[in-house]
Amino acid sequence: MSIAPADLPVGKDVGSLEQAEQAEYGGTKTARVKKRLTSRTATIVSLIIAVVWTIPTFGLLISSFRPGELVRTTGWWTIFENPGFTLENYGDVLLSTSQSSPQLGAYIVNSIAIALLGTLIPLVFATMAAYAFAWIKFKGATTLFVLVFALQIIPLQMALVPLLQIFSTWLRPMQAWLHDVVPIIPEQNYAPVWLAHAMFGLPLAIFLLHNFIAEIPGDIIEAARVDGATHGQIFFRIVLPLATPAIASFAIFQFIWVWNDLLVALIFSGGTQDVAPLTQRLAEMVGSRGQEWERLTAGAFISMIIPLAVFFGLQRYFVRGLLAGATKG
Amino acid sequence: MTTEDLLGKLLQVVMGLAVFAAVVGLLIFFIDKAPKRGRDYWQLAGFLAPALIFVTIGLIYPAIRTSLLAFQDSSGDWTLDNFIWTFTQPTAIRTLINTVIWVLFVPTISTIIGLAYAVFIDKSRGEKYYKVILFMPIAISFVGAGIIWRFVYEYKSPGRDQIGLLNGIVVAFGGEPVQWLQTDPLNTFLLIIVMIWIQTGFAMVLLSAAIKGVPTEQLEAAELDGTNAWQRFINVTVPGIRGSLVVVLTTISIATLKVFDIVRTMTAGNFNTSVIANEMYTQAFRASEVGRGSALALILFLLVLPIVVYNVNVLRKQREIR
Repeated sequence: MSIAPADLPVGKDVGSLEQAEQAEYGGTKTARVKKRLTSRTATIVSLIIAVVWTIPTFGLLISSFRPGELVRTTGWWTIFENPGFTLENYGDVLLSTSQSSPQLGAYIVNSIAIALLGTLIPLVFATMAAYAFAWIKFKGATTLFVLVFALQIIPLQMALVPLLQIFSTWLRPMQAWLHDVVPIIPEQNYAPVWLAHAMFGLPLAIFLLHNFIAEIPGDIIEAARVDGATHGQIFFRIVLPLATPAIASFAIFQFIWVWNDLLVALIFSGGTQDVAPLTQRLAEMVGSRGQEWERLTAGAFISMIIPLAVFFGLQRYFVRGLLAGATKG
Repeated sequence: MTTEDLLGKLLQVVMGLAVFAAVVGLLIFFIDKAPKRGRDYWQLAGFLAPALIFVTIGLIYPAIRTSLLAFQDSSGDWTLDNFIWTFTQPTAIRTLINTVIWVLFVPTISTIIGLAYAVFIDKSRGEKYYKVILFMPIAISFVGAGIIWRFVYEYKSPGRDQIGLLNGIVVAFGGEPVQWLQTDPLNTFLLIIVMIWIQTGFAMVLLSAAIKGVPTEQLEAAELDGTNAWQRFINVTVPGIRGSLVVVLTTISIATLKVFDIVRTMTAGNFNTSVIANEMYTQAFRASEVGRGSALALILFLLVLPIVVYNVNVLRKQREIR
């Protein structure tokens, strides 16, 4: 993880793709030059770029709806000469229970389960820590905060081997015990992946949330303290509601990050369908059945649905969160 | 997946949530009921402890341990062999060279295309939709992007219909289909294209916002002086967005140095396409060469470090100016 465009306007109402970052760069909304500086060439070039950028995804989408035989023998751009439309690919990768099918259903459940707690745990712990750094005065606060901030520069690769060793020494016995007590929970469970994502997500989360929480007017907090509110009450009644936009931005960023992650899953999930997320399954399919394009295309599209839905549905939070965490990992 | 499996998974999530809620609940309870003596410190500990414990176990201790492992052989004796291997073995050297190629090309090309696009669509009709198109790949996982582009690079033997777009184009122009991903050194550049495809949107959005921050008075003044669009761009716009350019370049550089999923998904580092992050995984977790993996991780860290420090300095200066 490392540091990102650091002082993002997390939470300030700058939303939406057009405006994102404008506050950051001092977008004084003076009257702009009405005259178009762009010429016809510029329009054509940008059109070409836009088309080039879209075509690969478009080809994948088309192919995922074509019958397997056609996908494997004809180019997707010949769809008008070799017409064919089917939902079979999606049915096959999702619902089929045959051994040859990738059976993505189980992995989707895993992805959701991992992303859920892999987001919630760092979010809550980071908000608490951010509050402490911002509003509880103690010696060494700045030093400690800078230390946590600096942790962002440690690449995940630095942490993998030792953390895996720690988990197999301390967490594995607990997992085995849990499996003995509750047999339907497999010995290989979500705990290591959740914990790993929580640990890796914390420095960025603390940093971003601190920036926001520290900007809450001191008068409000002081007034509450004078009225005899405890830190717990201030945290829940004042800080949490006011920090919601920042929390939402980070939550979305972390959710997408965990959903799209491959590295952490590879190391900590064990790779079985008990735990492995969709990305890991897809990466494995590419290796073992790289020619089954009707399945790969459908599978890849399934894995993109949630991030794309978030992208189009919650664009303003999404852009903000993503820009803030651009170099995490 | 059987119903029992699903039940087990649901149960895990519910239990996970319950345990987590209990931990947080207890913490808050003790924070509010802390003993009068040293109350502030108890409360502080309650708020900070979980995060500090997590980063200590998950990042601080592992980073130190990896740094030490890099200087040890498999029996735990001190040695420099891991680094000697990294800088002498042809495959390892190739990995380092590839990483350098990646970090030279991805940030520059992404930034140039992103900037050109941002300038071209600025204030044009449908600017928002143009932006969405370029920005969308960021939402897609690297694995998904890897599959999308593997499909573009797909090869079928000559005479058969090509199903990969790139070979389709080559054949349409009368060429022979190429096994793109197996062709060294072309394959590394084809993987780099995937990363550029993803990162350009990021560059474009940041630079577009920066361009809109360039004072229009300056542009108008330059126009009155009779400059053409290109001169205005070079002499007014670029200096005006220098800070953002640096941030974009450094940020993409850092992301590029750590690139793993794309290489893993598309070639798994075969055919001389490996990069440091992928080789680290291969050595430490596939070949059980923990020392070599740790050495590579340490090298990665040392490569990222100066860029991050520079990035932070630029950001701090920007803030002071404002």
